[in-house]
Amino acid sequence: MSLAVRVIPCLDVDAGRVVKGVNFENLRDAGDPVELAHRYNDAGADELTFLDVTASSADRETTYDVVTQTAEEVFIPLTVGGGVRTQEDVAALLRCGADKASINTAAVTRPEVIDEITGRFGSQVLVLSLDARRTEDLGVASGFEVTTHGGRRGTGIDAISWCREAAERGVGEILLNSIDADGTQNGFDVEMIRAVRHVTTVPLIASGGAGRPEHFPAAIDAGADAVLAASMFHFGPVDMIAQVKEAIRAAGHPVR
Amino acid sequence: MAKPEVVVLDYGSGNVHSAVRALERVGAQVTLTRDTQQVLDADGLVVPGVGAFAAVMEALTSIDAPRWIGRRVAGGRPVLGICVGHQILFERGVEHGIAAEGMGEWPGEVTALPQDVVVPHMGWNTVRPARDSVLFDGIEDERFYFVHSYAVQEWGFDQTVDAMSAPKVTWSHHGADFIAAVENGPLAATQFHPEKSGDAGMQLLKNWIESL
Repeated sequence: MSLAVRVIPCLDVDAGRVVKGVNFENLRDAGDPVELAHRYNDAGADELTFLDVTASSADRETTYDVVTQTAEEVFIPLTVGGGVRTQEDVAALLRCGADKASINTAAVTRPEVIDEITGRFGSQVLVLSLDARRTEDLGVASGFEVTTHGGRRGTGIDAISWCREAAERGVGEILLNSIDADGTQNGFDVEMIRAVRHVTTVPLIASGGAGRPEHFPAAIDAGADAVLAASMFHFGPVDMIAQVKEAIRAAGHPVR
Repeated sequence: MAKPEVVVLDYGSGNVHSAVRALERVGAQVTLTRDTQQVLDADGLVVPGVGAFAAVMEALTSIDAPRWIGRRVAGGRPVLGICVGHQILFERGVEHGIAAEGMGEWPGEVTALPQDVVVPHMGWNTVRPARDSVLFDGIEDERFYFVHSYAVQEWGFDQTVDAMSAPKVTWSHHGADFIAAVENGPLAATQFHPEKSGDAGMQLLKNWIESL
């Protein structure tokens, strides 16, 4: 037997509600986060991820409340991201009951923050989240570029080199989101997954593009240890997590 | 029957709220504290732990916790270590080539998992429970949530002493076999996080609570 592939529903939380759009635009309401967390827990989710997609500090407090309420009642690992910039932000999330924090833009802006956070709380607490897109820019050797602001801004940073650096600095896990595939429901960007897998041995979560259970095995074959999706769980049938796990199991990978 | 009183040791070790909630859920009266008397008096003591071995051991030592744990064990009072709280019960931990002394309740070293697998070992894995395990009773075939890069990979307990009953050792595998749990009289510990292991983890904690 071996480690099971984790299936992780992602809840994008805006002002206390779960929202989801296509390519980070046209957000639509998908329900109450605490209620959804419960539903996914009962449906066999292996972990939950909350992404705070709002920027205002008032809404940040709302997210802390949501995390606290969820952590009180749901006994599977909970990762929270969105707006994490400092050690103190991580400490605040841990106090609310989060098990891990994910960091994105702030780490691109100042990579040393990875060393600071993992030095204080350990590697296992920090997930590097990155939104990467395909680019024609010859300055980006791998052809995959790191973006910020929900994929709207390019950085000219090579996504594959960035993953390698972040792992060396101590992140415990990488959440790789394909901006091109996000919300399209046309399948994962398996080339991108394979490229990241090639340069690092930390756990890799594939995200972006899942539309059908059959899409998942390809991400795992390409090297993902876990798979994350939002829309297909929020708007799909209630047994979607089970369907995804069945597809993964049928392809020969262990699931819980 | 009165609820068993459990203290979760409060020494600044990351997220312990889920451990508190989970223990409450399965029927314990839980207090999060570092008060000496409460720690010694509780029916059960839970020692959580995340982060580096040396840092956890240092934090425990700074509040005199190793002595409390030793006194409880000597008096047959149950203690449950979780994750790094499990690791520090062994002789020493070696992280980044630097060795730190553990409590030495059990022989063995905490060392890095093999480099040819994905590390940290993060996620749901199966275990091979010890025969007659109390903790894993009824959940022998379940998966539990692990997150760690170091583990005890060899068990060197001297079982030639007839008067001592051998500890029950539960194994798991990630790149190599490693110790997932030990049950040894009043002292028990798990490398995984029962408080994050869903229904299976709840049942394990319930099994422990009912043994108090």
